[in-house]
Amino acid sequence: MPVTGVGVHQTGGASSASPTEGKHANMNSQPDNDQSDNGCNHQGPNQNHKSEHGDRPGMQALPMPVPDPPIQYTKLFISNEWHESCSGRKIPVYNPATGELLCEVEEADAEDVDKAVRSARATFQMGSPWRSMDASDRGHLLNRLADLVERDRLLLATLEALDSGKVFLMAYFVDLMATIKTLRYYGGWADKIHGKTIPVDGEYFTYTRHEPIGVCGQIIPWNFPLMMFAWKIAPALCCGNTVVIKPAEQTPLSALHMAALIKEAGFPPGVVNVLPGYGQTAGCAISHHMDIDKVAFTGSTAVGKLIQKAAGDSNLKRVTLELGGKNPNIVFADCDLEYAVEQAHSGLFFNQGQCCLAGSRVFVEEPIYEEFVRRSVERARSKVLGNPLLPGVDQGPQIDQKQFDKIMELIESGKREGATLECGGSPWGQQGLFIQPTVFSNVTDNMRIAKEEIFGPVQQIMCFRSIHEVIQRANATHYGLAAGVFTNDIDKALTVSSALQAGMVWVNCYNAMSAQCPFGGFKMSGNGRELGEYALQEYTEVKAVTIKISQKNS
Amino acid sequence: MWQELFINNQWQDAVSGKTFPTINPATGEVICQVAEADEADVDKAVKAAHNAFKLGSPWRRMDASHRGLLLNRLADAIERDSAYLAELETLDNGKPYAVAYTVDLPNVVKCLRYYAGWADKWEGKTIPIDGDYFCYTRLEPIGVCGQIIPWNFPLLMQAWKLGPALATGNTVVMKVAEQTPLTALYVASLIKEVGFPEGVVNILPGMGPSAGAAIAKHMDVDKVAFTGSTEVGHLIQQASGSSNLKKVTLELGGKSPNIILSDANMEDAVEQSHFALFFNQGQCCCAGSRTYVQADIYDEFVERSVERAKRRVVGNPFDLKTEQGPQVDQEQFNKILGYISSGKREGAKLMCGGGVAADRGYFIQPTVFGDVQDNMTIAREEIFGPDIDKAICLQWARAGTV
Repeated sequence: MPVTGVGVHQTGGASSASPTEGKHANMNSQPDNDQSDNGCNHQGPNQNHKSEHGDRPGMQALPMPVPDPPIQYTKLFISNEWHESCSGRKIPVYNPATGELLCEVEEADAEDVDKAVRSARATFQMGSPWRSMDASDRGHLLNRLADLVERDRLLLATLEALDSGKVFLMAYFVDLMATIKTLRYYGGWADKIHGKTIPVDGEYFTYTRHEPIGVCGQIIPWNFPLMMFAWKIAPALCCGNTVVIKPAEQTPLSALHMAALIKEAGFPPGVVNVLPGYGQTAGCAISHHMDIDKVAFTGSTAVGKLIQKAAGDSNLKRVTLELGGKNPNIVFADCDLEYAVEQAHSGLFFNQGQCCLAGSRVFVEEPIYEEFVRRSVERARSKVLGNPLLPGVDQGPQIDQKQFDKIMELIESGKREGATLECGGSPWGQQGLFIQPTVFSNVTDNMRIAKEEIFGPVQQIMCFRSIHEVIQRANATHYGLAAGVFTNDIDKALTVSSALQAGMVWVNCYNAMSAQCPFGGFKMSGNGRELGEYALQEYTEVKAVTIKISQKNS
Repeated sequence: MWQELFINNQWQDAVSGKTFPTINPATGEVICQVAEADEADVDKAVKAAHNAFKLGSPWRRMDASHRGLLLNRLADAIERDSAYLAELETLDNGKPYAVAYTVDLPNVVKCLRYYAGWADKWEGKTIPIDGDYFCYTRLEPIGVCGQIIPWNFPLLMQAWKLGPALATGNTVVMKVAEQTPLTALYVASLIKEVGFPEGVVNILPGMGPSAGAAIAKHMDVDKVAFTGSTEVGHLIQQASGSSNLKKVTLELGGKSPNIILSDANMEDAVEQSHFALFFNQGQCCCAGSRTYVQADIYDEFVERSVERAKRRVVGNPFDLKTEQGPQVDQEQFNKILGYISSGKREGAKLMCGGGVAADRGYFIQPTVFGDVQDNMTIAREEIFGPDIDKAICLQWARAGTV
């Protein structure tokens, strides 16, 4: 399929849309598509429309990208104002599907980080509007922000697809939905962050306050730019912190639009500051900053280690990390085979394979191994690559040349080290950063493709014989983010999920995420949890206050 | 204006066809007739709520977060219509419009938003019990909740009842006070508008001894929540015991002590104590109706309180200058005047007020009694009117008790 340029005009009613939308918008759908299995990743487009807009019967027309979307915001956002960078430098922003330059944005460096931190610090002072606001008002602001994102959903989804190369319909139904729901979820928590009263020994009245930590530096990646932005700012603001957030240099556009919405929603100046910049400069400045109280980072394990070192080296700022994964997806012979194949497929290939959660080691029990591989290959071959803005396209380009090269290198290693290349294995199309959906079988645990995070559309399928063996092999990694288990045997499901060293285990599903459920990894996949009630702990500092009283009574 | 029963998202007459008048307490005039629910209507409503609660129903299958979204939408709709709702509340209840609009309505909206936020955060646990078991708790909705609410804060009481019940996934049969049914019925129309499935909320105007009793003793109501007098609270609890042992929560009366020590800021204390009693025409379960004042500041406190009470502006509740409207109905009006008589009779010192404040409607003068002894009727019983008692509090420092 030909790749067209920026701002391509969509013709109406793509006839191939229905079966396609069913496939990718319903990443985790049960065959009967019911709502019980709900999360941000698997409501079909029709269901989404119903739940958001009341009872509208019948099919909805597919949303279309905004043609020639305006890119209004390209500067640094500090104190609710737009600033040029201190250095005068800019970052070029490309459309990875076409290689075209979309625009330039201001590039933040250490000096700009300083400015932003000063603003965030001032806004955090006792007595400031932000500190003295009712907690319920913070929640109200987050809900207003969600309303504005909903209003601008088409535009944001278009910008996101252009900037990151992700499929527009995915951006609309998955990324945008998750963003809205996450903001609303934390909007609801704001005035429910309770301290406790504690019966200590002695004539004392003791209580704890759950205070905001302070100025939070947040560094987010390019694979889910907008969704990561929401995952970071929502719990931070809900708890009353102020934020200096650095979106990835590859994908700053949706974050900058959010900055404008943050101002429109009514957040006081300095509560959120958005600084596009590079990791080695702006990111480094944040992680080393002596006046940032906490840093939250999502990205590679390699950079996660640098962040942790920087915190130790500077002011011992609190650190939370969401890093890589080499996630095992374990398929037992007693599973629903067709369903497991589909789940394993989307569990790997979602977002062009650029997911920390990608189920990149599919362990299949021997009796069904051959059939599983055969069906997986057939499924991979049916994928439609092309312009991510067009309906009917399943897979867009990889984010940039560096990622492209790394993925191709790992594919070559797979071939060289003796895995069986079942399909794909080469670039796709006449230009750019597309890679064919690739499946390797007969992968052994010592191969690079079995050990290293590929972050591309490359699926590894390995064989196992016993439950004990597969648990041990699944856990034999420094990573520990997620895992999948497919079986109809409750005992196997409970046994395996207890044994896996993974922060998230999915039973008979994959990538089932929702704002209410905590997200994070064991071991070198990270520290701390995002989403759910658990994220509140990461953005709260506990203060115990003990007051002498003349006579204690229980 | 909505004047019928709201069952299964539909408006309907009572099975019996009966109606009752709702009165404007500022004038004594009938506002309109409202359908009167009785046992047969309660049965219908409970059936609707029961169906809406069945496993597999839209309400049971709904994401918890979506329940929260519906509650937020209801809050938005109420906010949108707050001027109208405040007017209707004032017309039916008599509270000053300025207060309905700036206090009742915003608190209704906040309450619903608060519970909207809880809907998907009400979490069970996994528990490490002894033995080879996986043990977890689910926090499930109870089921069909009967809710009986009073007339003193009609909208606010409705929100306090609906918010937590709906956030946690229950279905509701709510009997609203016969004195003040109108705003709750309007909110029912908003409940339908924003998309709550049918049968989730059912609203029945009716009388306590008929509709209320039917709810309290119903074999298919899983929980009853009641706000009102302690006297009726007794009946509700007994009814639960006589029927299906339904869970009971009760918010009843009070005779709340307000203790003023001599190191208090005099001006603040006088104003707060005044507000504590006189707010909402004294029709508050938490009214600070026993004001204990430490001996050395007693005289000045009483003098200032009397002066403040004399300044209280009683009048047409739609007038923005009015601080105090009428009492809610004839029955309350008579009861309060009865207490005032008993106060005079038993030897309390009438410092100001003590009589009727207008020649139509149910207006009573702001009244202050001094030198009240703890054994007097007005010191023991809940008056629910603009009548404050102040007592001398001696020996506080030494005895340590009041």
